[in-house]
Amino acid sequence: MIRDAFRVLTVDVTSGRGRILMLDGREQFAGGSGLAALLFDKFGQPDRPWNDVEQPLIFTIGPLTGYFPLMSKTVCAFKSPYHNQYAESHAGGRSALALRFADLDALVITGRAPTPSCLAVGNHHLDIQDVHYLWGKNVDATGKMLRRMYSGSGHRSILRIGPAGETGSAMAGINVDTYRHFGRLGGGAVMGAKNLKGIVIEGDAAFSLPAGKSYRKLFEDVYARMTTTDMMSKYHNLGTAANLESLNELKSLPWRNLQQTSDPAISGVTGEKFADDTLLRNAACAGCPVGCIHVGFVREKFMAENQYLYRQVAYDYEPIFATGTMLGVTDAFAVLGIMDVVEKMGLDVMSAGVALAWAAEATEKGLISAKESIVPLAFGDAPAFKQAIDHLGRGTNDFYRLLGQGTLAAAREFGGDDFACVLGQEMAGYATGEVYYAAQALGFRHSHLDSGGYSYDQKHEEKDTDKAVAFLVSDEQERVLLTSMVSCLFARGVYKPDLVGECLNTLGYATLADNMEASSSHIQKKRWQIRLATGFKPDQVQIPKRFLDVTTWKGKTDSPYLDALLAAYARKIEKLAKMDSGESEED
Amino acid sequence: MKILTTPHMERCIGCYSCSLACARLVHRNLSWLTAGIRIKSSGGLSTGYTAVTCLACDPAPCAATCPTEAFSQRKGGGVNVKKSLCIHCGECAQACPVDAIYLDNTSDPFVCIHCGRCVDYCPHECLAMTGTASDLPGDSGKEVRP
Repeated sequence: MIRDAFRVLTVDVTSGRGRILMLDGREQFAGGSGLAALLFDKFGQPDRPWNDVEQPLIFTIGPLTGYFPLMSKTVCAFKSPYHNQYAESHAGGRSALALRFADLDALVITGRAPTPSCLAVGNHHLDIQDVHYLWGKNVDATGKMLRRMYSGSGHRSILRIGPAGETGSAMAGINVDTYRHFGRLGGGAVMGAKNLKGIVIEGDAAFSLPAGKSYRKLFEDVYARMTTTDMMSKYHNLGTAANLESLNELKSLPWRNLQQTSDPAISGVTGEKFADDTLLRNAACAGCPVGCIHVGFVREKFMAENQYLYRQVAYDYEPIFATGTMLGVTDAFAVLGIMDVVEKMGLDVMSAGVALAWAAEATEKGLISAKESIVPLAFGDAPAFKQAIDHLGRGTNDFYRLLGQGTLAAAREFGGDDFACVLGQEMAGYATGEVYYAAQALGFRHSHLDSGGYSYDQKHEEKDTDKAVAFLVSDEQERVLLTSMVSCLFARGVYKPDLVGECLNTLGYATLADNMEASSSHIQKKRWQIRLATGFKPDQVQIPKRFLDVTTWKGKTDSPYLDALLAAYARKIEKLAKMDSGESEED
Repeated sequence: MKILTTPHMERCIGCYSCSLACARLVHRNLSWLTAGIRIKSSGGLSTGYTAVTCLACDPAPCAATCPTEAFSQRKGGGVNVKKSLCIHCGECAQACPVDAIYLDNTSDPFVCIHCGRCVDYCPHECLAMTGTASDLPGDSGKEVRP
């Protein structure tokens, strides 16, 4: 519904009781990332650990959710088990529209259910069911059961965790509607700590639209830009998997734990290869006509006499990098087979792949052996990695439980921190250079989507520290505006600030539209303030030595430039966090 | 008169653009349910989607059962809807054999009126407006035999 106040449902899963709150702050916090920060400020416990019973698990949407194409994402915020600091993770599926039609701007979950449970919320209902019989089941089996147990097929969103979330892995994600994920920074473990195996959001509300023609006309215009221009064709066509070949050519694709940045074996795992050989169909988040989700298949002969089974696995650039090139696996079907196990365990695919790449190199170097990894690990050995993913998800032994807390946690115990590919968390697939390394290592979400550092590396030859840091800060602000609406960041080429302002205006959010610059600046600062209050120390971030050894098309990493970027960006973040609201950077 | 058909639902990506367009353009609201076409996942997301919409019955059981003539038989199949005559009894939805009529929580019925405005919003051309047997030259809508 179009309204200035935020309508928030808080649920204490200890008691099973909920409460509707109407909160002011649209002008300052907008929604999405901003609303999540506002809610963490209200409900979060900065000084207590991530799994404290009172810590909130927050889901938010924004003022444009559902009203315009690709305004289809949900922000999930929590105190992360990965670093015990404030974190955000974003996902689509049907979660955003389900919250919209449940007439909720946000869902805030606190407490700990007495038994493993599933929370169901909507515009007419709130209930918590004991689902102890689902504890231990993988994401796939859990999804099948929950689909049968709850009504609303097609108009609900089912969030669930796998064994990784139950065992408190800092790499546990929250699966959303099978093919999307709140993947990074351990949201799945936060759900697990609340004894929540699933969350089902169902909404059947209908809202009046603004009178007159302006909204419908603007919708047509935006829809046409999303579907008939070339701006989105990359995502619609080969999908993000198209990046594999390009980055390999640029010598920027991490291979075998970033020991290489390019390899002729790319031919087995290009976007074209996946599309030609493995692609079954495409899918979309609700409210997005682009349909970037690419669903491939894995086929297994499970019995003699040609008895096969098959499963469907969604692929993208990042999962292929993490379970393919990073692990030295160069057969598309083998890569999908590893991803399939990652999905079942409810792990974040980037974290899991990069962690096992470290483990494979640690095995090569004799730092660990099958005594730790149970199955001997070697680059290219897909069947071994599938078993290892299962162990990582279930936390089978001390080694895997430690690795599940982050690659550096394991490296501190066994050695090998110099080749742990960690930039705040396990790296995303961009070995593009110094600006990207600084951007992920210090970025708010430690995500390749915090800012376009990878793009900056590709477009700028000069090594101007101030200019690069200014770019990272301003690009973050532009993106935080979008993640407060909440837009898919793939639409960032279309949703420039002017268009976002038009969209807000036509829905009646004139004040917010007039103050977008101040609002996004305020949200950016607020997020950093919370992050620092929960323990982030930007000036202490270090980059593992492996990144200094990387050679891209530009040559070897320039270590002094990287150091300068880290120092300058850290100072900028600290300065941002210290600023009062309304204060500009120049003040 | 042409009717809305769903000949290529195996191409559906589940974007809901059709439902949202119907709600926006026909019913003037934001909704994924108060629409003449609604999308459901078919046996779990991993097996695709189905569209729930009017099959353009002629005669239409929903029109036959409507006690106030809010629903009346549409030429070519389906129904003409006059909401001002509706008493929200919900009998139409009960009568529909394929569950194509959605009742909101006031029992206000939503059914496809075969206007075709959703068709252009489908990015994969799953939907089409097609002629019925009654549109064939010299045909009265009777069964066509080889």
